[in-house]
Amino acid sequence: MDFNDTPQEAAFRAEARAWLAAHAPAHEMPRGVRLDDADEAARGRAWMRELYDGGWAGLTFPKALGGRGLSGIEAVIFAEEEGRYYLPKGPFTAIGTGMALPVIARHGTDEQRARFIEPTLKGDLTWCQLFSEPSAGSDLAALRTKAVRADDGSGDWIVNGQKVWSSWAHLTDWGILVVRTDPSVPKHKGLTFFVVDMKTPGIETRPIRQISGMSEFNETFLTDVRIPDANRIGAEGEGWACCMTVLMGERLGSGAHRSGVEPLIEAAAKTPDGHGGTMLDDRAVRQALAETLADERGQNHFQARLRTMVSKGENPGAMAGMIKLAYAGRQQKILGLGMELRGLDAIAPLPGDSFTPDLQYDYIYSVVMRIAGGADEVLRNQIAERVLGMPGDVRMDKDVPFDQLK
Amino acid sequence: MDFDLSEEQKMLAEQARGLLAERTPYDHLRRLIDGQAEWDEPLWRELGEMGFLGANIPERFGGLGLGELDLGVIAQELGRAGAAVPFSSSIVLAADAIARAGSEAQQAAWLPRLASGEVVACFASAEGPGPLLGQGLTFADGKLTGSKHPVADAGVASVAVVQVGGSLALVALDQPGVTRTRLDSFDQLRPHYRIDFAGAEAELLPGRGLIPTLLDRAAVQGAFEAVGAAEACLAMALGYVKDRQMFGRSLSSYQAIKHKLADMAVGIELAKSNAYYAGWAAGHAPDDLPAAAAAARLSALKALEFAARENLQVHGGIGYTFEANCHFYYRRERLLAVNLGPRGYWADRLLDAQPGTQAKVA
Repeated sequence: MDFNDTPQEAAFRAEARAWLAAHAPAHEMPRGVRLDDADEAARGRAWMRELYDGGWAGLTFPKALGGRGLSGIEAVIFAEEEGRYYLPKGPFTAIGTGMALPVIARHGTDEQRARFIEPTLKGDLTWCQLFSEPSAGSDLAALRTKAVRADDGSGDWIVNGQKVWSSWAHLTDWGILVVRTDPSVPKHKGLTFFVVDMKTPGIETRPIRQISGMSEFNETFLTDVRIPDANRIGAEGEGWACCMTVLMGERLGSGAHRSGVEPLIEAAAKTPDGHGGTMLDDRAVRQALAETLADERGQNHFQARLRTMVSKGENPGAMAGMIKLAYAGRQQKILGLGMELRGLDAIAPLPGDSFTPDLQYDYIYSVVMRIAGGADEVLRNQIAERVLGMPGDVRMDKDVPFDQLK
Repeated sequence: MDFDLSEEQKMLAEQARGLLAERTPYDHLRRLIDGQAEWDEPLWRELGEMGFLGANIPERFGGLGLGELDLGVIAQELGRAGAAVPFSSSIVLAADAIARAGSEAQQAAWLPRLASGEVVACFASAEGPGPLLGQGLTFADGKLTGSKHPVADAGVASVAVVQVGGSLALVALDQPGVTRTRLDSFDQLRPHYRIDFAGAEAELLPGRGLIPTLLDRAAVQGAFEAVGAAEACLAMALGYVKDRQMFGRSLSSYQAIKHKLADMAVGIELAKSNAYYAGWAAGHAPDDLPAAAAAARLSALKALEFAARENLQVHGGIGYTFEANCHFYYRRERLLAVNLGPRGYWADRLLDAQPGTQAKVA
C-alpha cells in the first residue's frame, strides 16, 4: 500500500497541473449564477476542444481510437487536478465521453468508431441519452418505443415512441437510443441499440419544467423517425448488452472529486451562532459534519481501492454501485444540513450572496443524484444480489414474451 | 499509488483467521462466558508464539518490527472472531505507550515480555462515568494514590499503564498498594476491573504530551477490530437469511432484508477503506494521522453499530437467545463504542485537522 505518487505519477501530475494552470482559468464558470443552458453547453464544448488540442481528451481511450491510452490512475490524477477549477463539465459532454464512446468503442464497427469517436473527443459532437420512457425507468427493459424495418427495401428503421429524462436533448447533436425491435420475445431480448442524429425529421424535444426551475431534461417524441441501418450499434436484439456497457460507464463515472463537506465546514465557520461564536462551535453541527466527512473520506479511499483492483485486472462489478449509493445519499443529507446551518438566510439570501444560491440549487438537484443512473433501490438490489449473492426479486415478466405482458 | 494490502499482509490475515476459526468458535466463547473466565489464555499464548502480538514491536525488543497496517489486519481478525484476549489493552495501548513514551530501560524491561505474550499489561484511563481524563489520581515521590475504573483486562495483567493527568505511569499490579476488584462487565468476554492505588510504587514514562497520538494510534487498531466484527455480523446475517424460509421462500429474497444487508456492506467497505488508509498514515503520513484515525474510528463504529443491531434483528427471536451468536457482537460493539473516549472527541479530532476550523467553545 502506498498513497504517494510514484515518480512517473508525480511527473504526470506536474505536467497536468502546469497545463491546467495555463488553460483552465479562462474556462472557469462564474459562481452563484445560474447560466443559460445554451451558454453552459457552449462553454462545455469549448473546454472539450481545449482539452483535445492540449492532448488531454480521452485519456484512457486507446491511442488507435484517438485517445491517449493512459492508465486509470493517470485519469484519476488528471481529474483531481482538473477538479481544482470550476469548469463547465456536465452531462452535455459527459454523456458523449462516458456513455456514447464506450458503447461505440465496444459494440460499434470500425467505420462507426472512425465516424464518431474523434469528433466527440473534440467537442464537435455532443450526445444525449434516449433510454427512459414514461413506463420504463428503473425497469428500463420494459421500454415500448419500437423500430421496424422500412418497407422500401432500404434497410432503414422507422422509429415511433416517446423517451423521457433525455438530458440536454434540446442542445446536443446526437442521441444514443434503445428501442424494441422484436416484441415477440422476452423483454430483454427484443431490444436494439442505435445512434441517431437529433436533427432527423420526426424528433421533437419538449423541455420538462423541473422543481429546480431549470429544464435541462426533456421529453423526446419520435414519430416515424427514419434511422439508417448503418447507425445501428451491435446486432439486432443486442440492445440490452449495449445498455449495460453504457450504465457501467455511468456508475464508474459517478462520484465527485471535489469535497462536498469541506465547503460546508468553511461556511459553518463563517456563520455567526448568536453567542459570539460560529455555527462550527455547535455540538450537533460539528458531530454531523465530522461523521459526514468521515464517510466522504471513506468513499474516496474506497474509490482508490476499486481503482487499484481495476489496475490489477480485477473487476469490481457491482461494488462500483456502492460509491454512487453512498455519494448520492450523503449529498442530499449534507446539503440539507448546509441550509440549516445558514439559518433562515438559507431561504432568502440577499443579492450578491454567491454561496447560498448554489447550496439551494444543489440541495434540489441532489434528488436527481439518488434517482438517475441507478436509483438507490436498484443499486441496493444489485449489491445484495451481485456482491452478497442474495436471490433476485420475484419477477412476473421473466421468460414471458413482451407482447403477452399485461 | 497502490491501495491494496500486500501479499504478506494478506497472508498474515489468512493465518490469523485460520487459527482463530479453529481455536475460538462461538461455542468456545459460550463456554468462556459460562465459566466466568478471565480470558482465553491458551489462545493468547498461541498468538504470542506465532508472533502476532509482537507484530508492531521493534525487532530489538523481540517483536517482528512490522507496521501499523500489519497489526491492523490482526486486529481485524480478532474483531471478527470476537476473541476473549487482552490485545487492545496489552498490545495496542500499553505496549505502544511504553514503546513511544517509555525510556530505553522501560522498553527493554517490558516490551519483549509483552511481545511474547508472557506478560499482559492493561491501560487505565477512565475514572467512572464520563470521558477519559485521569484527573482524580495523585502522584508524588513515586507513589500513586486514587482509583481507576473500569479498566479492561486488569485481572490478568501484571502491569498497568496509568493515565495521571497528561502523563503516563507504569505500575506493577502485584504489590501491596494495589487492589483489583472485578466488575460485572457488559462485554462478558472482556472483564473490567476497578483498581485502587494506595501509595502504590509507580514510575512515570518520560515521554510527555503523547496521549492524543497514542489514542489516535489505538483508534486505528480499534477501527480494524470494529470492521472485523462488522464483517462477522454481515456474514452471520447473510448465512441466516439464506437458510431461513418464510412465507414459502427464502428470507434473503425479501427487499427489506436485501436492502438492509446492502447498506451494511456499503458501511463496512467505507469503514474498511478508512481503516486501511489510517493504518498506512500511522506509519507514513503522521501529519494526517489525527484526521485519518478519527475518520476511521467514526466510520467503523457507525458500520459496526448498524451491523451488530441489524444482524440480531434479522435473526428475529432466535437472535435474543444465548444459543445464537449475535449477542457476542451486540455487546462487543458497545465496548468498542465507548473505550477510547466519546464521539465528540473524535468529531473534534477530525474537524480540528481541517484548516481554520478549531472549536472556539469546548
